[in-house]
Amino acid sequence: MMKPVFMTYTKKDLINLAVCMVLSVLVIPSFITTEYWYTSILIPWLCLALATIGQQIVMGYTGQLALGAAGFMAAGAFAMFNLILRVPDLGFVGSLIVSGLIAAAFGILFGLPSLKVRGIYLMVATLASQFFIIWMIDKFGWFKNYDSSGIITAQDIVILGKPFTTPLAMYFVCLAVTTVLTLLAMNMARGSTGRNWMAVRDMDIAAESMGVSLLRTKVQAFAISAFYCGVAGALFAFCYLKSLEPVAFDIKLSFKILFMCILGGLGTINGAFIGAAFILLFPVLLNAIGNNVFHGAIDATIISSIEQVIFGGLMIIFMIYEPLGMAKLWENIKQKWKTKIQSSTSLKSSLGKKT
Amino acid sequence: MVDELLFFMEVLVGGLLAGTMYSLVALGFVLIFKASATFNFSQGAMVFFSVLAFCGFMQDFNIPFVLAFILAALLMVVVGLCTERFVLRPLMNASEDTVLMATIGLGYVLEGLAQAAWGVEVRRLDLGIGDFPVPWIADNLKLFISALDITAGLVAAIMIIGLFLLFKYTKIGLGLRAVADDAGAASSIGIPLKHIMLLVWSAAGVVALVAGCMWGARAGVQFALVDLALKALPVLIIGGFSSIPGAIIGGLIIGAVEKVLEVYIGPFFGGAIEGWAPYVLAIFFLLYRPEGLFGEKIIRRV
Repeated sequence: MMKPVFMTYTKKDLINLAVCMVLSVLVIPSFITTEYWYTSILIPWLCLALATIGQQIVMGYTGQLALGAAGFMAAGAFAMFNLILRVPDLGFVGSLIVSGLIAAAFGILFGLPSLKVRGIYLMVATLASQFFIIWMIDKFGWFKNYDSSGIITAQDIVILGKPFTTPLAMYFVCLAVTTVLTLLAMNMARGSTGRNWMAVRDMDIAAESMGVSLLRTKVQAFAISAFYCGVAGALFAFCYLKSLEPVAFDIKLSFKILFMCILGGLGTINGAFIGAAFILLFPVLLNAIGNNVFHGAIDATIISSIEQVIFGGLMIIFMIYEPLGMAKLWENIKQKWKTKIQSSTSLKSSLGKKT
Repeated sequence: MVDELLFFMEVLVGGLLAGTMYSLVALGFVLIFKASATFNFSQGAMVFFSVLAFCGFMQDFNIPFVLAFILAALLMVVVGLCTERFVLRPLMNASEDTVLMATIGLGYVLEGLAQAAWGVEVRRLDLGIGDFPVPWIADNLKLFISALDITAGLVAAIMIIGLFLLFKYTKIGLGLRAVADDAGAASSIGIPLKHIMLLVWSAAGVVALVAGCMWGARAGVQFALVDLALKALPVLIIGGFSSIPGAIIGGLIIGAVEKVLEVYIGPFFGGAIEGWAPYVLAIFFLLYRPEGLFGEKIIRRV
């Protein structure tokens, strides 16, 4: 284990962070100029990765099977809309934080059953949050400012009087929020908070008898998870969809985030980014293959069905062979390379000694 | 006053009968849970898959009704066979949650395969039973009750009695219960685990097909069936995951409560509360009686 340099971050983490920052702040903006990449891939990737971190906290770290990420995202998105509309003094960042907190309140409310039940029982309880939140937003006109068309245009993002409306600017907004929250999540996961989560995940009864409060730990995990989902939902609506409609946050999105979380690797933060990238990019790739190799001979609905079969199949395969997902796979590959290099260098040096 | 009472009765009976439709989906779930302690999240997808195949056989290949039904049932046996071989057997020693997640994946595979093979458009399924009030009951009891609902109720009753007898009084049933109790111990005394699993998954597949026919005749054979089937989950929580009678009682409760709430309380909130009411009801059950009405008490050992 390396010694932490700053808070819980080691030297390696800081180097990784620096590399990521250089890549995302300098390299990507200077090389990628097409709007498509920002509006359809990078921005949704960051938003969904953030939501997946939320799902990771409750599922990967605390071991609670929850299936309502999209509901909390909807709560965050509509809270954001109403805050900007009704409390303009709060500003963008303030509204973002408050809408995260509102989502967190829902998280606490619907996380309470986790104290009594686990597994699929809990999954059903969290499904209630998914359906209830979407219904509530849909049925009470106030949340939508009595808009009858069903689709509301999101307000422009203004931070400190400056508008952030171009794809590149929105990308930077998402990047900043995601970076801050990711670092926070890593810190929490490595600190005592995360230790408590993992203790509860691995054996809740043992954790309780060692003095970890189940009530506090579980409710905290649900609240923080919902906070992340809420902020992600607000960004998703304001930077990616640019509109607000409850339908965008249906159960399918919850499943998508669940898949990102599981395929990416339970209990890892980088898994959230890997999983989100895979689930987002794979359909793009599949469509490209359909268009370029088969020249549109395959119907689009068939391609999306095949995509579903592959996602499901991968889920089964990962559960059988690598339940810790792609992050672990990546770790294994790195490890293999390391030992290969090490063994070849040690072989060389031992050969050198002989001669 | 009498009219109001009659209307209430009509809502209640309609809800109860509609609830048997949920029971049918829940039944397949219980069957698998009872025999293998596996939460099969893909039961909804199996409903969709089987009935879409059934429709496809009838409408695309012009195969007669009975033959198409048999073919679809055989297809579900094949699905059960593949599931046992490629999903369950490798996951024999995995944790509950891992198997659950694998069945979510299985559900995705089945949904995708069904749509790739038979297309995504809504299909009509005509069972020869209309979804309209039975004249005889309407005349004599002044209740408007759909013939389809009554059929669903009857079918559910027959299947539940049949399965109940199978579990309770046959050697296979005894084997099933032994496997559910402790798979390792059961296989060590010579109960063929593989065959039991295959049998259970095939039976669940056929139950899914029957449930799919009932749902399909009412709402059309379409992807939304998967979401409808999710409502079997609150049914299971109320009835208990391991109880066949629990599945039917749970279904009846959900069906009745959701209809009565929708009709009497729904209008104050703009309606459509039946989308979440069953889940909230399930939460209350979870808080006070997590094992459900008929389930075995959940005991976790450290």
